[in-house]
Amino acid sequence: MSGFTALFYKELLRFWKVVVQTVVAPVVTALLYLLIFSHVLEAHVEVYPGVSYTSFLVPGLVMMSMLQNAFSNSSSSLIQSKMQGNIVFVLLPPLSYLEFFLAYLGAAVIRGLVVGLGVWAVTLWFAPWQMPHPGWLLAYALLACAIMGAVGIVAGIWAEKYDQLAAFQNFLILPLTFLSGVFYSIHSLPAFWQSISHANPVFYLIDGFRYAFVGQSDTDPWLGLLVAGACFVAISALTLALLKSGYKLRH
Amino acid sequence: MSQATPAIHVSDLHKRFRTTQALGGVTLDIRQGEFFGLLGPNGAGKTTLISILAGLTRADSGDAAILGHDVVRDYRQSRRALGVVPQELVYDPFFNVRETLRIQSGYFGLRHNDGWIDEIMHHLDLTQHADKGTQSLSGGMKRRLLVAQALVHKPPVIVLDEPTAGVDVDLRRSLWEFISRLNQEGHTILLTTHYLEEAEALCSRIAMLKSGHIVACDTTRNLLQLTNEHCAQLRLDAESVPAAWKTRLSRDADGCWRFNFGDYAELESLLADLRGAGISVREMRLQEPDLEDVFTDIMKRT
Repeated sequence: MSGFTALFYKELLRFWKVVVQTVVAPVVTALLYLLIFSHVLEAHVEVYPGVSYTSFLVPGLVMMSMLQNAFSNSSSSLIQSKMQGNIVFVLLPPLSYLEFFLAYLGAAVIRGLVVGLGVWAVTLWFAPWQMPHPGWLLAYALLACAIMGAVGIVAGIWAEKYDQLAAFQNFLILPLTFLSGVFYSIHSLPAFWQSISHANPVFYLIDGFRYAFVGQSDTDPWLGLLVAGACFVAISALTLALLKSGYKLRH
Repeated sequence: MSQATPAIHVSDLHKRFRTTQALGGVTLDIRQGEFFGLLGPNGAGKTTLISILAGLTRADSGDAAILGHDVVRDYRQSRRALGVVPQELVYDPFFNVRETLRIQSGYFGLRHNDGWIDEIMHHLDLTQHADKGTQSLSGGMKRRLLVAQALVHKPPVIVLDEPTAGVDVDLRRSLWEFISRLNQEGHTILLTTHYLEEAEALCSRIAMLKSGHIVACDTTRNLLQLTNEHCAQLRLDAESVPAAWKTRLSRDADGCWRFNFGDYAELESLLADLRGAGISVREMRLQEPDLEDVFTDIMKRT
């Protein structure tokens, strides 16, 4: 697995070299969401009894940032390498498809966690510190980043142009993350949209992650874990099958 | 692995991209230590062949092996044995020269490779650019970096896909000195190039590809003998030549006579007849056939 170490390191170094863009910027964006939404809604909305709107919002924002940045890390790295042509540097060496997968996935997870930690750190000024279930926090954070890191690999391999990747991001990832209870509880939705939300795996990630913070959630965190675990297994299997076949990488 | 194992073995390789047939059954063995040239017009299948050897492209059928290691089944060994300098001038703008070479070494499982990295940087005149971002390198420097990247794992077989396209004279010369030295040290070199004089000067054996088929494969010396078309350019002190030679000689705009011949005896008899007619030669230039003539000839004939 020595080739894996090098590719993993390269992927980490890549986003770390542009840390302002890859970590600081998403933290600032999340902070802006927090300032605006908590200012507007704090006095009017109480989703769970005894939980302020800001305390409700923080875990959603942390999770949303992790999801988007984990996706962004693997997908943008791959599309850039493909467009620039330097993807050959990783295709010529004796790297197995498993090493390839784990390296891109691992770096995406790290980027997601670093951004998540950053968002959480800046929100500590706005919401009281509480963490009744740190185990759930870790489980959901890791699974969420891993799922989106793998989706990012698939998108990065599939996309042949930047605008295809942008479409993937704007019409799939962004709606999935926005419409999954970051800003509201799905119980506030009409019944039809509630059932639609239950089909969105991202909803379970946010709901379970929020449970770790505030001790309350819309569904059982064990159910969420099951859904998230199944999603991760499915998307990993798809990614590995694509990599093994050489889809759009080895013609 | 014995000396008899070919450095590169390709047998009955077929590859089709949608409607175009890139390779239509290519069979080729390149011995260890050879400096081998692969020539052909654009679209002949050179890059496809190289991509299959490198594992970048998968053949529809047929086998390819590097030093006896199948490029699909034993891809780890075959890729370890192969260093490829790609045709496109690619680089990763996130890293500097040294980082690029360290990371590339890492992909081959080499962690402490700085001694060798320093050595290749020295030979390729990259040392003073070691800490420069790859984006700020000139085209020639980027080309050198690509060569360096292909060599980080000391591959016994080196493939260069048009390495001197768009490269200035100085770099071309120093690159060839370096590559020739690697060849003398025992590395097998496979080269594709559009500069036929380069291939003629460097390669001991040459294969010519056309539309996915090998149309010629022989030692450079034998290939050069395929065309025995010599050409003499003569400036005479007369306005016409003896009647018997009129059909064989043509006249340039500047008054020079051109005489194409296969055998020197023909030139001898022309000169004798000229002397007999009292015509003397003021100036004579001989043009020996070169690889370009052979190449053009073969491409036309096949």
